[in-house]
Order: sequence, then structure tokens, then C-alpha cells
Amino acid sequence: MTSAPAIHLRHISKVFGGVKALQDVDFDVGMGEVHCLAGENGCGKSTLIKIITGVYQPEPGAEIEIFGQRYAQITPTVARKAGIAVIWQDLALFAEMTVAENIAFEAVLGNRPRRVRHAEMRRDATAALDRLGVHLDLDARLGTLPIAERQMVAIARALVGEARLIFMDEPTASLTQTETDALLSVVRTLSAQGVTVVFVSHRLAEVLEIANRVTVLRDGRLVGVYLAEGMTQTRLTELMTGKTFDQHVAAQDTAASEPVLEVQGLTRKGEFRDISFALRRGEVLGLTGLIGAGRTELAHVLFGMTRPDAGTVTLDGRPVRFRSNRDAVAAGIAYVSEDRLALGLIQPQSISDNAVLAVLKKITGGAGLLSDDRQEGLVAHWVRELGVKIGKPGDAMNTLSGGNQQKLVLAKWLATQPKVLILDCPTVGVDVGARAGIFRIVRDLAAQGLGILLISDEVTEVHFNADRILHMAGGRIVGEYDPRQTRVEELEAAVYA
Amino acid sequence: MRNFLRSYPSEAKLLVVLLILCTLLAFLTPDFLTLVNLTSLLNNNSVNVIWAVGLLVVLIAGGIDISFAVAASVVQYICVYVFAAIGGGNWAIGLIVAGGLGMSLGLINAFLIHQFRIISIVVTISTFNAFFGLLMFITSGRFLYNLPSWWSKAVYLWEKETPQGWADIRLPVAVMAVCMVATWFLIRHTTTGRQLYAFGDNPEGARRAGISIGLMQAIAFGWCGMMAGIAGLMQANITKEVVPMALIGRELDVLAAVVLGGARLGGGRGSILGCFLGVALVAVTQNGLNLLGVSPYAFKMVVGAIILLAISTSNLDLARLVTPRRKGRE
Amino acid sequence: MTLLQRIRTGAGPEVPGLLAFLAVVILIFSLTADRFLSLANFGSIAYQLPELGLLTLAMLIPIISGGFNLAIIYTANMAGLTLAWVLNQNGGPEAGVWPFVYGSVLALGVGATAGAVMGAVIAYIGAHPILVSLAMMIFLRGLGEFLTRGGDISGFPDYLAFLGHGAVFGIPVPLILFLVCAVLWHILLTRTRHGFAARMIGSNLKATAYSGVHVKRTLVLIYTLSGVMCAIAGILMLARFNSVRVGHGEALLLVTVLACFLGGVDPFGGFGRVAPVVLALIVLQVLSSGLNLLGANQHLSTAVWGLFLVGVMILRWGAGKWKERQKRE
Repeated sequence: MTSAPAIHLRHISKVFGGVKALQDVDFDVGMGEVHCLAGENGCGKSTLIKIITGVYQPEPGAEIEIFGQRYAQITPTVARKAGIAVIWQDLALFAEMTVAENIAFEAVLGNRPRRVRHAEMRRDATAALDRLGVHLDLDARLGTLPIAERQMVAIARALVGEARLIFMDEPTASLTQTETDALLSVVRTLSAQGVTVVFVSHRLAEVLEIANRVTVLRDGRLVGVYLAEGMTQTRLTELMTGKTFDQHVAAQDTAASEPVLEVQGLTRKGEFRDISFALRRGEVLGLTGLIGAGRTELAHVLFGMTRPDAGTVTLDGRPVRFRSNRDAVAAGIAYVSEDRLALGLIQPQSISDNAVLAVLKKITGGAGLLSDDRQEGLVAHWVRELGVKIGKPGDAMNTLSGGNQQKLVLAKWLATQPKVLILDCPTVGVDVGARAGIFRIVRDLAAQGLGILLISDEVTEVHFNADRILHMAGGRIVGEYDPRQTRVEELEAAVYA
Repeated sequence: MRNFLRSYPSEAKLLVVLLILCTLLAFLTPDFLTLVNLTSLLNNNSVNVIWAVGLLVVLIAGGIDISFAVAASVVQYICVYVFAAIGGGNWAIGLIVAGGLGMSLGLINAFLIHQFRIISIVVTISTFNAFFGLLMFITSGRFLYNLPSWWSKAVYLWEKETPQGWADIRLPVAVMAVCMVATWFLIRHTTTGRQLYAFGDNPEGARRAGISIGLMQAIAFGWCGMMAGIAGLMQANITKEVVPMALIGRELDVLAAVVLGGARLGGGRGSILGCFLGVALVAVTQNGLNLLGVSPYAFKMVVGAIILLAISTSNLDLARLVTPRRKGRE
Repeated sequence: MTLLQRIRTGAGPEVPGLLAFLAVVILIFSLTADRFLSLANFGSIAYQLPELGLLTLAMLIPIISGGFNLAIIYTANMAGLTLAWVLNQNGGPEAGVWPFVYGSVLALGVGATAGAVMGAVIAYIGAHPILVSLAMMIFLRGLGEFLTRGGDISGFPDYLAFLGHGAVFGIPVPLILFLVCAVLWHILLTRTRHGFAARMIGSNLKATAYSGVHVKRTLVLIYTLSGVMCAIAGILMLARFNSVRVGHGEALLLVTVLACFLGGVDPFGGFGRVAPVVLALIVLQVLSSGLNLLGANQHLSTAVWGLFLVGVMILRWGAGKWKERQKRE
């Protein structure tokens, strides 16, 4: 790297109300490099991005150099003019507008009204998409596009703004593997064109695949800068958490216990077909596969949210047919959704009310009225049982961290005393450190005789925590593995192939 | 055509329904498809359309305004006194004064919404009560007939004798057309207009892109207020009197028509064509019932039933029925 | 727990503030209007409050569930019409008590039906509550005007005066009716599964459905109950004015929304309690009667109500800012 670095930061600190979000952090990104910024939630990643893009101002003493030029102060406008763009996780696009309008959105900005040059906007949009090597219908309403294509729109929008440095905040969080591959190849294209890309991602595998170097932050401090080549996932996890995890295969032999949930030839057109398996009492059955393999769709059918076109589901030896998820809950099936923010919990409501939402009948006392005592008792019991760290039960749900929120989702469903617990990507948005706590609970539950279906797209997670693993691809089950007889690399090769 | 259907699905549906309705009425009653009837429909509904395009801008920006019809009444009263004070005035002064007063009232809404972060429905319900209460209190509910002659005299822009009588187009229709074109240009062809759509669609995204939120609220509610003031001026031209209670309650009818025309509560969607068609559907239905000899008391009932029916079917997306379900998650 | 905390957790954080407001308003009026602190004045407040109060209760649950019911006034009118029709069929002023009873049941049924239809369209079609109730409002107004040809219906038995103007142990009957309904509503919202679900639906409908709550049934029930409350208000209005006219109480529609917001109900849904809303209603009614004694008419009260809500919202905004700053330090 002989040319001036794209970003050269020294002594960056930021204090929020006495809390040191960043302490004397240095950060360098080379020109044309693909750099990864890694760290747990709350480590200061997003604060750092916001300082570089001018959203926050650093504490005095900071040195900021962007593309060789020193800045005393950065504002969002200065950052944009310097060629910095951020692609936020929620993309910040406009669903009701067309693809062309979204990409060339820069053209309508500014407080002084001007005529909109529709033709020019289309031309700019086309040019940006061409640079990415992507073809999209310019007149399609953005809201009708799948997430992966919206992502391309967001990247194209950054290019129209002549961005030379693009930050991508968790860009692959909701992409399928093929889509992720397409995105990574676009990132390579950009990199070849001299655009610098800084990736923020929790998916360690792809971080190591794409990045040249990795900067690791922990608790607002710089841990170090490492070459991606030769780095392992385990080592990176240790650097991020500051703890060593001796991950070992937790699988046990459960072949002796009788099945609690049996699925035979289950099919739903356009989603999955001919799915057959048995989940035993006390077993953690892993179900892995890429996003789009039909895992969540299968879970939705088992939970009664949608109806199958063919096949049977047997619970405790009795065939069941759910008309809605209420039937499924009554029959003893619980489902922890992958979308905790929107579907798992009701964020603005209290912790206590969230915890009892699925078991309102249980807190109903005499005369059919809800009882505060019963509610308090139930909440206290589960908070203690699962070790959820809360302030007051009356606090809003969104005051809890991701890990504690997920524990509360578990508490909510365990209160229904299920026979089968379906966990759909239970560690999304949960810190690496807190994940272990969740899986300890999962193990305990299995030991108590619960049948657990663990769905995840992170192969290692399934490998270390399940007793048996089903591999799903293209809507079918294509393989079954025993973690004790399979190395994680073999499994990864099979799934990511 | 294909693009029109895709970009304006609710407008297209509404247009089809309106055409069917018109065809039916043309066959059922000889009086419907006459110049006299159609021009009087236009004359009588121009005020509603002016309000509708003003409200549309607020809806696009993600807000709602309950106060505009009452604001129009307030503007009418102030105008009477202003014109008396300046010794008469004329249409040019009238439009500027009414538009300016209406805009000021709209800006009050915008200020409260933006400065104190109160949502628009709370603010406009408050100002609805405040405007109306103060108007009734100060005027004691008096009717005013002493309008300047230029204001109360009907201005004929075009007339023609037909076998059914005189057909004519009056000034409010021309003003309506100007308001429609101006609003269309604002929301479709200026950068400000596109920012309004973006702001209504995704406020957080708009804020991060550097769009000034306060400016957006001011433009949306200011425009709506200006249209309300102009509509008030035109309303008095048609009725030749100023009555404080005359316009209250119209806000909800206009809201229903605008939403029927494809605008969305919550922002980001809506068009001038839809506004016009929404008002037209309600007007043609009432007109048709009238011509068919149905009791005037039944009009509103039928209109209400039609809107209820339209809402109940609006979620049945024809496109979704023919295209296969998309695989995987949305 | 201090008394203040007890009130806050039991009745809602808005209660102390509203009580303070009420005290200030009463103080100011008792100093400026000499007849304000009289039994007659509080008696008139007690007779005026219930009509607006019942309609506000009808508006309250839909708002808590994240919706709206703009059809409350005309639902009340239609229910009143139903009762009036039954009474007139049975001799008008000579009608016995029995026609009143089954007429009232019929009226409640009409209210419930109007609400249930709205609830069904909202729940099963997913249309916006503002639109659905707006269309229902236009429809009911038209239907009522069609049936009455825009006129009044009057001539009811004398015993109805007891419901409209009577008193038991010195407490006005309308007030008793309102308080009973308010207590029932409080129990519904805080002590029943449907009330619980209504709050959750108001915050996040999808997540509530995922938790195994029958949200569609709950939504239909919410609007049905809202319709029933409208019908009770309609029956009371009939008794108080000894006549029914479609459009009666029209001006109260937005006042009910105002009272809900003043009582701290979240405009986005999910949060709201009966006690602060009742307090808000008392504040509004006291304001109105005090202004009345000072020689102002109902219209000035309307204006003051509107300005009052803006003022309260600005104070809440200021309080929020202040708390934020406290937290930062």
C-alpha cells in the first residue's frame, strides 16, 4: 500500500453521558481495500462509522484524514462530498418509489426546489447498475423487489453519489447464500474499480472470505488489526469476546427415547416437498440449510401458521391438523421466530406483559379476570429460571439486550409447557458471548424431555449444539448427519456447496 | 398503458368503476349524459377537488389534516373584513389574501407538529376545535351576505344553449384546474415534491439523506392550508354568502374521497388523478341517484355503502390472484 | 411505595398531572366566577358529563387497539332511533316499561351490529380503521336521515325523565350510568384477556398473532363493544333530550378523540387507561362550565378545549425533553 490510505484515524474517543463508547481508537483503511470491522454489539462499531460519516463528533484530540486530506470537523455533507457513503442495515430506501428514483435519489435533494430531470435520473441509474453488472427493471416499485435486489439498489445509489468509500452495515443479514455470493462478487467488482469497502458483519465466515484485513473492537477499544488470510473463526470469536470458547460437540445419543413429533411426506407447493423426519423426546434436532431452503416455511406449517398441501404431522402418536397457530400452541408446539424485533416480542410493551402473552389463560383467576399476583409469580419464576437480567418487570421490552430479549422469548413459550420447541435462528442479533447462555438453556430443556427443533443457517452452531442434523436444500431434506461422526468442515462443505 | 396500470393500480380500478357507472347511468337516464348535467357536476364539485388536492399533499407526506374545512370558513370570514377594509378588492387580491391566510393557518399546524413532535392527527383535531370554537364565538354564528360584488357574482367562462337549457363553466372550475395542475407540478416535477413522497414513505431514510423535516411539514400543511383558503373563497362565490357552519363536516367526506382515489394513510402514495376520480365517483353516484328519482335522503347512505364496499375490495389485488406465490420470504 | 407512586402505577402516570390541572382550573374559576363553587354548578356538570363520557369510552378501546371509530355519533343516533321507533310503536308517551326494555335491547343490538361489521372489515380484510369507520359513519348518517327524513322523533313516556334527569341518593342517574360503564371498561382493559390483547394488538398486531392470540376475534369484539357503548350513549341522549335527531351530538365526535389524547392515550395505540381519561373529561367539563358562568358560550369552550390539548401536548413534550436531559447528566 504505497498510496495514501483511504481512512487514517488517530485517537478517536467518544463519551455518551459518562459512558466511554470509544477510547483512543486508531483505524486505517487502505485505498481499494475490502476491510472488515468486527466486534460484538455495543463494542463501538456503529459509533465509529457515525464519527467517520459526520453523524457524531469525536472528543477533542482526534485526527481525521480521509483520502489524504485532514479534516478538523466532519459533517454529513462534508462526508458525502468526500465520497463516503453508508449502506445501513435497513437500507433507508423508499418502498413506494421506483428503482430509478431510489438509485438517483441524490438528484432530488437540496432545499431549493428545482425541476426533476426524470430522464437524467434514469440515465444515472442505468449507469450505476451497469457498473455493478446488475440488471433491474427501472420502473418497478422498490417495495415489490426482494431484499437482495433492494440491496443492489442501495449500492447503486451510493455509486451515483460518486462514493469512493462505502460502509456496509450487516449487508448479508437476510440474504440467501446465492444472493450473498452475488453481493460478494459485486463487492469484488467495486474493489477492482478502486472503491474502498468497509464491511460490518456478524457472519464470520464471509468476513474472512471477502476481507483483506480485519479490525477488531471490544468494549470501545481497539483489539488489533489482523490479516484475514490465516485467521480462523474461532480465533476471531476469541478476539471479539475476549474469552476462549472450548466449543465441543454436545450431541448425545437419544435413539432410545420415543418420538414426540413425526412428519411424513409433508409438502407445501412452492415452498418444500416430501419432508419426513421424527423428533424424539429430549432430542435437539438441528435443521440447517441456506436461507431460501424452506426451513422457516416448514416451521410455519408445523406451527399452524400455514397449511400443508400434503403429508401428515403426528404429535405424541396422534395425527394433528392445525387450523391456526392457536391450535398448535394448545397441542404443545412453541415457535421462537427468527424475527425477534417484529414477531417475537412486542417491543414497546412491558417485559411482564410480553412474558405472559402466550399464557393469558394461566394468569386468569376467579371470575375469569386476570390476576396480578399470578402474572407476577409467573414472570418472577421464569426470569429466575432462565437467568434473564431485567430491571423491573414493568420496564419496556426494548430496554433489554438482544440476549436477554431472546431468553424472554424462550420464557414466554416455555410457560405454555410445550412438548416441542421450534427455534428459528435463535441467535440472530445476540452477542457471541450471550449465545452460549442460550444454548445452555436449550440443553437443559432437552434434558427435561422437550423435543427441540433447532433451525439455523450457521452450520457451526448446529454442529456443536444438536444431537442430530438434517440438511435442507431446495425445499427437501437432502442429508442427515451425526455431529459426533462428522467434522464441522465436512458439514460446511456440504451445506455451502 | 401497462406502465399506467402498474404505477397507478387504484386509479386504474377507480377509472374502470367510474366508466361503468357512467355508462349505466347514460342508459338508465337520458338526463345524465347532457352538457348541462356534466357542467353543473363540475361547477358544484370544484371546491371539493381543490380541497382534495390540498389534502393529498399532506397525506403523501405521511400526515393527516382534519382542520382544513374549518380553516376555509375562518379564511372566508377574515376575507370579508379584509376586503371591506381595503375597499373592495378584486379576484387577484382575493386569491392572494385567501391563499395567504389559509397558508398561515396551515403553517400553524406545521409548526406545532414539527416543533413539539406532536402527531398530525392530534394537532389538527386541536386546531379544528380551536378554529371552529373561536370562529363561532367571535362571529356569534352570524351569516354574512354583504360580500363585495366581484366575489358574489358568478363568473361565466363559457356557456352554450342546449335543448336542456344553458350549460356553463364558471370560475371555480378554472381555479380548480389551476390548483390541480399546480399541485401536479409540485408533487411530480419538482425536487421538493419528490422529497415529500420520500418523507411520507420512509421518514427516517429521508432524514438520513439530509431532507429537512421541518421544511417538509411546512410545505405539506402550508400547501393544504393555501388550497383550503382558495376553496373557501370559491365556495363563497358559489353560495354568495358566508355561513360559519357551512363547511364543518366536509373534511371527512373529502378525506374519504381522496383515500378512495388511492392515497394512503401513512404516506408515500397518491396522485392528482386519483383525487379527481375519488371526488368524481362520489359526485356521479349522488347525481345518478338524484336523476333516477331516488330520495335525496338515501344518497349519503348509498355513498357510504359504496365506500365501505370499495374499501372491502381494495385489498383484493387482482395481480396476486393470477401470479404464482413468490418462493421463500418476502 | 409512596402514595404518588401508587397512583402512578395503579391509574397511570398522567393522573397526578391531570389532578393538578383540575385543581388549578377549579381554583381559577372559583376566584373569578362567584357561582362556580356551588352545588348547582357541580350538579349541572354531573348531568352534562355522562353523554360525552360514554361516547369517549366508545372511542377509547378502538384507539388503544391502534384504530379509530369515527362512526360513534351516528351509531348512537341509530340506536336511539331504534328505541324511539319501538316506543312509538307502543303508544309513544303511553308506552309501558316493557317496550322500553326490549327497545333498549334492540338498540344495543343495533349498536353491536354496526360495530361488529366494522370490526369484521378491519380484522378480516385488513382495511384501515379510519377509513372503515368513516365509511360506516357516512352510511349510518345517510341511513338515519333516510329513515327520519332529517326530522326529530319525540313523544316518549314520562318515566324516561328519571333516566335523563333523575337522581338516586342525590347522585344523578346519568352519572351513575357513566361511572358503572367506566368501571366496567376499566375492568375490561386491565382484567380481561381481550383487554390485554387489545393493548398488545395496538402495539404490534403481527407479534400478538404469533403468540397464539386470536387477534381477529378480538378486533371484532373491540368494535362490537365500542358499538354497544355508543348504543348506551344513544339511549341516554334520548332520555335527556326527550327526542332523537340524526346528527345530534355531531360536534362531540372529535371532542371524544381530544379527551382520549388528553387522558394520555397513545395516538399510535397500545397504551391508555380509563381513569386518566375520566379525569380528562372532568377537566374539559369543568373548563366548559366555568367559562359558561363567566358569560362565554359553548363555542368558546370548544376553542379552549382545542388550545388546552395543544398546551398539554407541549407540556408533555417539555417534560420528555427535561427527563432526557436529566438522564444524560
